[in-house]
Amino acid sequence: MSSNRVSLTLDSTLETVNNAEETAGRMAAEAGFDDEEIMKISMAVREAAVNAVLHGNAYDPNKKVMLAFERNDKDLVIVIRDQGKGLDAGKIPDPLAPENLLKTSGRGIFLIRSFMDVVEIHPSKTGTELKMIKHVRGNADSKEAPQ
Amino acid sequence: MTMKSSTRQVDGVTIVDLSGRITLGEGSIVLRDTVRDLLSKGQKKILLNLGDVNYIDSSGIGELVSAFTTAKNQGGELKLLNLTKKVHDLLQITKLYTVFDVKDDEASAIKAFDK
Repeated sequence: MSSNRVSLTLDSTLETVNNAEETAGRMAAEAGFDDEEIMKISMAVREAAVNAVLHGNAYDPNKKVMLAFERNDKDLVIVIRDQGKGLDAGKIPDPLAPENLLKTSGRGIFLIRSFMDVVEIHPSKTGTELKMIKHVRGNADSKEAPQ
Repeated sequence: MTMKSSTRQVDGVTIVDLSGRITLGEGSIVLRDTVRDLLSKGQKKILLNLGDVNYIDSSGIGELVSAFTTAKNQGGELKLLNLTKKVHDLLQITKLYTVFDVKDDEASAIKAFDK
């Protein structure tokens, strides 16, 4: 998997979550991210896939999860789309608020925002599209002109 | 991908040695069932050894919170031992590090339980 674009259409299963995470890890490694960044990217994608499979498609076997990766010199861009009712991002409670700290769920989007540089949530009546961008750093440093 | 769990008793404290991943699905279920089983048997001083847990997702974090509150609500105590850097960092950014009683030495962790 060395191309700059990878698109997957996946079933609404737990296997999809693991598949998405593993693919993200591979793409991040190929883009040159270090181990810690790879972990963050793959975890963000895992959390996004969990949202798509559980909360978006609700394990519906007739609904699919679309996952796309695109990398260029500047960014790794990841888009994940479900076929659910559309996530209302405004209704996601702040998991860091004292009254929410001991809740057993609701941290997925927060972790995605913590780990990625840009996160856009585009809900619609036919599903939610989550776009995540991680900037590729260090290229300029490693390609300095010889003195 | 799987998680393993084994328990041992030291000075009235049940130490649960966990290894692998605590994630949505099997890993979270193993943790939930283990803690519930211990509490149902009256073993209410629980030390979760996470030294070999190399990965945890938001579902796993939720399961740790659930284990902590379930133990507390039943008059028990649950502490965490030997966090890996990844798990430590996750508990920091989710502000849960100070909610849990986190230890890095087994002997002192056991002494920290109410007698």
